[in-house]
Amino acid sequence: MSKVVFDAIVVGAGPAGNSAAYTMANAGLNVLQIERGEYSGSKNVQGAILYSDALEQMIPDFREEAPLERHIVEQRIWMMDDRGHTGMHHRSDDYNEDLPNRYTIIRAQFDKWFNRQVRDAGATVLYETTATSLLRDPGGQVIGVQTDREGEGFYANVVVLAEGVNGLVGQRSGLRSELRPEDVALAVKEMHFLPQETIESRFNITGDEGVVIEAMGTITDGMIGTAFLYTNRESISIGIGCLVSELSRIGKDSPYQLLDRFKAHPSIRGLLEGSEMKEYAAHLIPEGGYRAIPDLVGDGWICVGDAGHFVNAVHREGSNLAMTTGRFAAETIIMLNKRGQACTKKALGAYRQRLDDSFVMKDMKKYKDVPRMLEKQGSTIMDTYPRLMNGAAQTWFRVDGRDKKTKENEIVKSAWRVRGLGLLGDAVKLARAWR
Amino acid sequence: MRIFVCIKQVPDSAQIRVHPVTNTIMRQGVPTIINPYDLFGLEEALRLRDRFGGTVTVLTMGPPMASESLRKALGYGADRGLLLTDRFFAGSDTLATSYALARLIEKAAEEEGMPQIVFCGKQTIDGDTAQVGPGIAQRLGLSQLTYVSAIDEIDPEKGSITVRRRADHGVQVLTSRLPAMITMLEGSNHIRRGTQSDVLRAAQAKITQWNAAAVGITDLSLCGLRGSPTVVKRVFAPAARSEKADMIPATGGGSATAAALIDAIFARQPALEEDLISAAGGY
Ligand SMILES: Cc1cc2nc3c(=O)[nH]c(=O)nc-3n(C[C@H](O)[C@H](O)[C@H](O)COP(=O)(O)OP(=O)(O)OC[C@H]3O[C@@H](n4cnc5c(N)ncnc54)[C@H](O)[C@@H]3O)c2cc1C
Repeated sequence: MSKVVFDAIVVGAGPAGNSAAYTMANAGLNVLQIERGEYSGSKNVQGAILYSDALEQMIPDFREEAPLERHIVEQRIWMMDDRGHTGMHHRSDDYNEDLPNRYTIIRAQFDKWFNRQVRDAGATVLYETTATSLLRDPGGQVIGVQTDREGEGFYANVVVLAEGVNGLVGQRSGLRSELRPEDVALAVKEMHFLPQETIESRFNITGDEGVVIEAMGTITDGMIGTAFLYTNRESISIGIGCLVSELSRIGKDSPYQLLDRFKAHPSIRGLLEGSEMKEYAAHLIPEGGYRAIPDLVGDGWICVGDAGHFVNAVHREGSNLAMTTGRFAAETIIMLNKRGQACTKKALGAYRQRLDDSFVMKDMKKYKDVPRMLEKQGSTIMDTYPRLMNGAAQTWFRVDGRDKKTKENEIVKSAWRVRGLGLLGDAVKLARAWR
Repeated sequence: MRIFVCIKQVPDSAQIRVHPVTNTIMRQGVPTIINPYDLFGLEEALRLRDRFGGTVTVLTMGPPMASESLRKALGYGADRGLLLTDRFFAGSDTLATSYALARLIEKAAEEEGMPQIVFCGKQTIDGDTAQVGPGIAQRLGLSQLTYVSAIDEIDPEKGSITVRRRADHGVQVLTSRLPAMITMLEGSNHIRRGTQSDVLRAAQAKITQWNAAAVGITDLSLCGLRGSPTVVKRVFAPAARSEKADMIPATGGGSATAAALIDAIFARQPALEEDLISAAGGY
């Protein structure tokens, strides 16, 4: 093969890789993208909620063509105990706007569409091809990637690592260390088919309106984790995830047993009734937060998306950070390319600066203490408080001949009995971590 | 050798669902693949090219999107992809399809020369008729070798070929003359993984697209729905089987599980047990 040197090679065609490849190809760079799956999205797993803003920055009119399921008009947050839930619901007709802010999507379809835009922008995309290692010159500068297909490798001025949470190329090449079990969650997810009309009547929605439920509580056996249920057009996505460290330490039940229990929970069961399971998937989520972010640039390489640990677990944002970091990396490379500057570690440092100045790093920093706080307070937050809350709600709502003052006292006492002064401490810790 | 391979882009039947209420097929979001039976022909073509040199051209008739399947075939190592696409072809049955493909092959032959072999899939997974390959052979006057499990001998110079063909009650060894139309049996080979240069070339290749007029089809009454005498009277989903799968837990160790499995099979197929016993000459 005659040795073509691309302006950039992008490893991975998830939201991060597609954003990077799209932005660079659109600017006229000669881009090669390498994806392990049969097509972009074939193996990718997400809830999935798409945040419009990050995509709009690149494709302002994406709504005209992208395969979107429902725009979200209602958000439910549930604290669950074994028999029920206490929650907050927020719904507004304001979300029925011209340019909705959040959508449910099905990643297999969405990624495929996004990747089509990458190709239409002029990038060369290889599928069913796994990058196995980085090629370096004698000085250590990364100059390309080797793959699992026969051949001498592909060459480029810079390699964008958008390989997702597992990031084996980066790990094997010593760019970052292996994931720590306390920094990743393992999530399992199922898609359940239901006729559109059934979904609409069950969730009180019409047209393209959608509802999402985020839940935590005793459903994770006291382990740090959350569950979700999202409405698609003709299906429901439902999943649950826990930190890998917790699963191996406490885990009485495997993730799919947790999911089975969640599906059978009295608050959930009716929502799924009569559905047909279409698809089952498991995936890791990087949840170590700011402190787990690895080195992001080096001589000839740059790291984006889940591979760079960009997930805001508190707000369940990942794909938008993937898209934004992918775009920032691309814009940095474009700038260097136009100036004829080499992609050295120093030059690529401009990427880090862009991240620091944006919501990406600001949010990552804001919640940097949450993982530690959870590590210590996990079971209190995942188990004790949900029980207390649901117990309190019952005491409050049942009419049983006792006077209200007595009931209030009982609620306060029940909390005091379980946590005592810890209540105050918990509040302070939570507030600190949130700051 | 000059070899043509006809392929079809089909929905991945493993991922098709039947709507539980309306009983219609839900195609939304179902990925497409190359008809799996066609890949056995493609691999055989590539092996012949490895031996004798020459070119492998992949052809299809389908919607514009079918160019993706051609691209994929190039990624396996084929040299050129040709797409025949026109709205007039919509609704083609096997008669109209073999007509269109025969014209496409003739047009391609004008540019590249007549192929010595045209490979087709044994059948498609979405139509299951196994008629298109033979239809093409008939229209182009090619020798017809169907259900071939192996090519034993081939002499491009003399124009002779000897193959093994699976018949109802055994294997036939057939010698015939080139040019021939061959449908390969599944399992006769395994599609290769293209090299880095194959996939790179495939990703950057321009797929030639022709419409009906470009391949010289002027009589549109032979195409698409109009050229298709087949009539679909009714489409229905088969009722779910009342028989449910048995789950045999693999808890008692290997041999106990195997014994439980065999018991379950014999319970359902008493005749099989007797046959096996008598074949083994008694207990
Ligand atoms: C259950 C679950 C629910 C989630 N819900 C949400 C949500 O609702 N909203 C949200 O914003 N985020 C959510 N996330 C997070 C979100 O999915 C990720 O943050 C996002 O997918 C990261 O994008 P990425 O491009 O970095 O990685 P990925 O999407 O993982 O893409 C990586 C790509 O690289 C490919 N690849 C990997 N290694 C190689 C290699 N060596 N060679 C070639 N290709 C390779 C993979 O096949 C894949 O296509 C969720 C995650 C999970 C698991």
